[in-house]
Amino acid sequence: MTAKKPVYPYIPNSAPDVKEEMLRTVGAKSIDELYADIPANLRFKGKLNLPDPLHSEAELIRHVDGLLNKNRSTRETLSFLGAGCYQHQVPAVCDEINSRGEFLTAYAGEPYEDHGRFQALFEYESMMGELLNMDVVNVPNYDGFQAAGTALRMACRLTGRQKVLVVSTIGSDLLSNLQDFLKPDISLEMLLYQLETGLVDLLALKTRLSDETAAVYFENPSYLGFIETQGDQIAALAHARGALCVVSVDPISLGVLNPPVEYGADIVCGDIQPLGIHMLYGGGHGGFIATRDEERFVMQFPSRLFGIAPTVVEGEYGFGDVAYERTSFALREEGKEWVGTAAALWGITAGVYLALMGPQGMVEIGERIMQRTRYAMMRIAAVPGLHLLFDKSHHFKEFVVNFDATARGVADINRSLLNKGIFGGKDLSLEFPQLGQSALFCVTEIHSQADIDRLVSTLQEVLE
Amino acid sequence: MPIYEKQKKNVADPIRLGLIVNPLAGIGGRVGLKGSDGQEIQELALALGAVPQANLRTAQALELLVPLQKDFELFTPSGEMGETVSRQLGFTPRIVGTISSGMTTADDTIRAAVLMQASRVGLILFAGGDGTARDIYKAVGVSVPVLGIPAGVKIHSAVFATHPRCTGELAADYLRTKRLRLREAEVVDLDEDMYRRGLVSTRLFGYLKIPYRPHLVQNQKVPSPAAEVARLEAIAADVIENMQSGWLYILGPGTTARAISARLGLPKTLIGVDVMTNQESVALDVSESRLLELIKDRSFKIIVTPIGGQGFLFGRGNQPISPRVIQQAGRENIIVVSLMEKLNALGGNPLLVDTGEPAVDALLAGHCSVITGYHERVIYRVVG
Amino acid sequence: MTVPTAKKRLPRRFHQAYWDEPVIFELSQPGQRGVLIPEVENGIQEMVGDVTSKLPAHMRRTSPPRLPEMSQLHVLRHYARLSQENLGVDLNIDIGQGTCTMKYSPKVNDQLARSAKLTELHPLQDGSTVQGMLEIIYRLEQMLKEISGMDRFTLQPGAGSAAIYTNVAMIRAYHESKGESRQRDEVITTIFSHPSNAACAKVAGYKIITLYPDADGYPDLAALKAAVSERTAALLITNPEDTGIFNPRIEEFVEIVHAVGGLCSYDQANANGILGITRAREAGFDLCHFNLHKTFSTPHGCGGPGAGASGVTDALAPFLPKPTVEYDGVKYYLDNNRPQSIGKIRPFYGVAQNILKAYAWIMSLGADGLRAVAETAVLNNNYLMQKVLQVRGASAPYAPGKRRIEQVRYSWEQLANDTGVHSEEIGFRVADFGTHYWTSHHPYVVPEPMTLEPTESYSKADLDEYVTILAHIAEEAYSDPEIIHNAPHNSSVHKIDSDSFDDPDKWAVTWRAYLRKTKKERG
Repeated sequence: MTAKKPVYPYIPNSAPDVKEEMLRTVGAKSIDELYADIPANLRFKGKLNLPDPLHSEAELIRHVDGLLNKNRSTRETLSFLGAGCYQHQVPAVCDEINSRGEFLTAYAGEPYEDHGRFQALFEYESMMGELLNMDVVNVPNYDGFQAAGTALRMACRLTGRQKVLVVSTIGSDLLSNLQDFLKPDISLEMLLYQLETGLVDLLALKTRLSDETAAVYFENPSYLGFIETQGDQIAALAHARGALCVVSVDPISLGVLNPPVEYGADIVCGDIQPLGIHMLYGGGHGGFIATRDEERFVMQFPSRLFGIAPTVVEGEYGFGDVAYERTSFALREEGKEWVGTAAALWGITAGVYLALMGPQGMVEIGERIMQRTRYAMMRIAAVPGLHLLFDKSHHFKEFVVNFDATARGVADINRSLLNKGIFGGKDLSLEFPQLGQSALFCVTEIHSQADIDRLVSTLQEVLE
Repeated sequence: MPIYEKQKKNVADPIRLGLIVNPLAGIGGRVGLKGSDGQEIQELALALGAVPQANLRTAQALELLVPLQKDFELFTPSGEMGETVSRQLGFTPRIVGTISSGMTTADDTIRAAVLMQASRVGLILFAGGDGTARDIYKAVGVSVPVLGIPAGVKIHSAVFATHPRCTGELAADYLRTKRLRLREAEVVDLDEDMYRRGLVSTRLFGYLKIPYRPHLVQNQKVPSPAAEVARLEAIAADVIENMQSGWLYILGPGTTARAISARLGLPKTLIGVDVMTNQESVALDVSESRLLELIKDRSFKIIVTPIGGQGFLFGRGNQPISPRVIQQAGRENIIVVSLMEKLNALGGNPLLVDTGEPAVDALLAGHCSVITGYHERVIYRVVG
Repeated sequence: MTVPTAKKRLPRRFHQAYWDEPVIFELSQPGQRGVLIPEVENGIQEMVGDVTSKLPAHMRRTSPPRLPEMSQLHVLRHYARLSQENLGVDLNIDIGQGTCTMKYSPKVNDQLARSAKLTELHPLQDGSTVQGMLEIIYRLEQMLKEISGMDRFTLQPGAGSAAIYTNVAMIRAYHESKGESRQRDEVITTIFSHPSNAACAKVAGYKIITLYPDADGYPDLAALKAAVSERTAALLITNPEDTGIFNPRIEEFVEIVHAVGGLCSYDQANANGILGITRAREAGFDLCHFNLHKTFSTPHGCGGPGAGASGVTDALAPFLPKPTVEYDGVKYYLDNNRPQSIGKIRPFYGVAQNILKAYAWIMSLGADGLRAVAETAVLNNNYLMQKVLQVRGASAPYAPGKRRIEQVRYSWEQLANDTGVHSEEIGFRVADFGTHYWTSHHPYVVPEPMTLEPTESYSKADLDEYVTILAHIAEEAYSDPEIIHNAPHNSSVHKIDSDSFDDPDKWAVTWRAYLRKTKKERG
């Protein structure tokens, strides 16, 4: 251990002579004087008990790599995991743009010195607008969960009501998040689904809707992978009772699936992780909320909304915050949530992705995912002992496989699959006990026929 | 009450701007006198060598309009009340009314403003201080948008831009966009005699409508008109939620108090004191004696909002909510309401109470709870 | 041979890249593709056919989305150009973004986070395949425990405000568990705490009481006494506050709230100047939170992703979001068996790449390094304050004659009164010199505010340059304000006409809305 204090590469003024000079300017003999306002009994005595530092990059890389090497990623292991985090193709240009220091290290500058960020995010909003067929899309919020919770709170503020009806096929994580976020003033009721298809039970919906319902919420595709085809009827029923229709959608499906606004959705939300963002062990999420371009909707967004405007130079575009002061009040509104650091860089990335894919790319990816999903479903259905749930419905990307007839639990089967180098579908048995021993399998554009065939043959092998 | 207004029908096109300069405004300050109302003070100040500031400040505002002079007509009184400085900057103004040079009075200001209104002027700029603002209010009230160019030594009214240049900017913006977003701003009455004796006593005199631009850099001490409406509604909702039946509520002057009545669908005198229950209006614009009659043997609360840039909750002299009324209410029955922006504008200074009776002032001093939104309160210092 | 040492004169004659770049839709060329995806094999085609046509008609998209069509290079070029029209810590002396702690985000950490052993991890993978990742999360938790003195942390929140919300949710759950949630419906905070403290508490159903400071700008103890009651659920307070002032009576604040049965949560967004100097635990707090993208160096990403860390005492640990990351001596695992947990704040477990970056940063510095960070940040800040106060028209309200911790909220009130130039305008003018600054949260309490936070990343020369810029602009304000009123001149765009942003008939959040409202043709 050297007695000399290092000059830290990240701390230019830790160099002794600079420090001395600055102390002189400040009129203090030591830095300790600068902490005079902190009472002595609150001063931490001694040194923090932290690991010995790794001052050089070589040592740091070695250490962190050592930890990361204990991981096995989906590059090395064939994965069929989804359930809210998805393995899609991430174009290299997406990573290039979101690693550029100008974007990566910027924050909240004005629309002048940070003109690039404003334009990039406006373009993201605009491309999402095209995907969704809606005119107002927010700068991203944290993730799809928060987007859903916020969308529901927006619906409550808009209608002045405090009850929301939510399909019971949502994931338990989302349910947990909503139950906390909607407290204490908004009550959440679950909607029954039809057992064979997973679709909303319209009769149950009609019965449960009342004059106190602010919103009806469903997902398309569902958390369980099937496509809800009754959107127009759900929206009509909701509207008839003065409630709003809130739909959470997977943006990568919108090249082939009809945007929810076409079947009556008022607020559309979701997560942009599938759009050019790596899975990052759950660190790649960003939420979006979209509405019609009406003042009363715009005023309810807690997020920033970047808009375009002219400048003093003809033909030049400038950008800025639309309706920065959200100016509405409704009794019992419990605040319009908060604005903070969320997921702007992912918004820019999603914009790059959509521009690279273009209209044809989005159509193709939707079609091909549906084909691959269908193929996987058909092949798995043919494996003895395996049954598909909700197979009467159309599916996008994910589907539920039931293992009850094999007399083996999902956990056990997944262990066997893991030993063969495959991550099987998410175990749903605790989350949806009524579905028995079931798992949620995910197939995207990156799964080749050989991959799917390998899954099938491995399942057959494992089940013998 | 509409706050957000676009171009009105009774405004001429091309736009007509009015300019009224109070040539004597601000002369007192330069020679150490407070305020310059009253002929005696003015003569004293001029004798001491004071040079009127008003023209200089007016020029700073008008400079910005020189490039736009083809886009509007400038209406102004003759001589030192506007014509002189206008011509100096190259404008060719239209003259309204005549004045006696060297002997201008408040009546000249009032007359000019009335003439401008009749000529369908879209915005009146006036250079002066609180006194000039009061004259403008007497002349036209809220029927014509106005904006003050600060040129007096003391400005407690909120109808002035922070700097003469800002007045010019707002006027220029109006000329370019042909739109005005308006908000109500307080005109305050300061008791001049008391002020010269070192005692500040403000009273709400009235409101004027002044332009507001959110992105045009100006005084950040106010929310946008639309946001203000929303926030006042929120405050009102909170107050009403806690109102108890059978109790009387004394509502002090101001727009915040008015929002409460409005939410209940009841009338409100803007600068007077009204009495109500949570269902109906009991009396409007009451005097102290009437007030004492009404509250005799009744449970009641007082709702007040700070007035003026100094943040007076209760001031002196001739106020209906007198020390007797306050004492009868007791501290726990006094509800203070305010926009946060108003508190921020105090610049860290406490709210003030100066009822003229130290015992009552002491009752209120310390920290008070101020309702600033729905289920939102602030704890703020009060000094007697 | 010696290198010439004539210094470049300051302020520099900066000009930002000005590409006059169209909006991306205007760059569209029909038929172009930026990237291709794998084609579906014949084997699959034969088995499934055309799947989308089997969808009910009303579920099928009727025409492709009207996205731009561009080749790959052209997408890259467009965004690369936009990036040049952006600053960021990498490029500018970013001390103007006060409260945000815009320090250097070491590139080595970014590089480590790009490993496929992180980017390609699915959060639902079997625990045995993510031991490295879980260990990193666990280790960071231990570090934050030590830095703050708290007993447990969650790294699940997406950023600072999410962490504040997490704390409020735990406070609520705590009072619920004691049967006191109905009684305790008020949360107390201060006007100089981050607005999210009030906003998050409001969402969670609380009534908000905000304390204004005393005459010297310190949080007002007498005001707190007037505010507490049996209805108090919690005090949410930032220390040092955004003024840069440390509240020396913070312990008394905590005692007063504890005495009425309330909890105390410490917003440590402004922790950069006090690492290793003072801790939440010793001041008596029940909860605290950190922003990994502030104090702990992870990059800000134009506004996220960041990462938040919420710390609690053992009494509140049962309420932590789930799962927590545990270690049984052999392996790391996720613990979902937490019946009193508030549930999920976010999908999965946190912003993993930022957790890794923060971990690596602390590992590269150690205790001594963190101490150097704090001390240098404070030295830089007080040095900067000394120099800024010499600039004509600038002042630092409150705590007269006292030092500051890591940032200062200044006021240009004097300059504004003298010259009519406002703080925001100075902000636009600094863009002409290759930097920027931030005024304050709204609504302004300090008039004509400017909040500077130098952090430990900037050199003395950087600080001197920034002050030179401010002094230069201040002089302009007093002599030639026009140049400020029409600023910026050397930026990537000229003065923006903000008129439309508040007008529902004119505002346009998307290109399609813009075309519709301006009746333009689609390019």
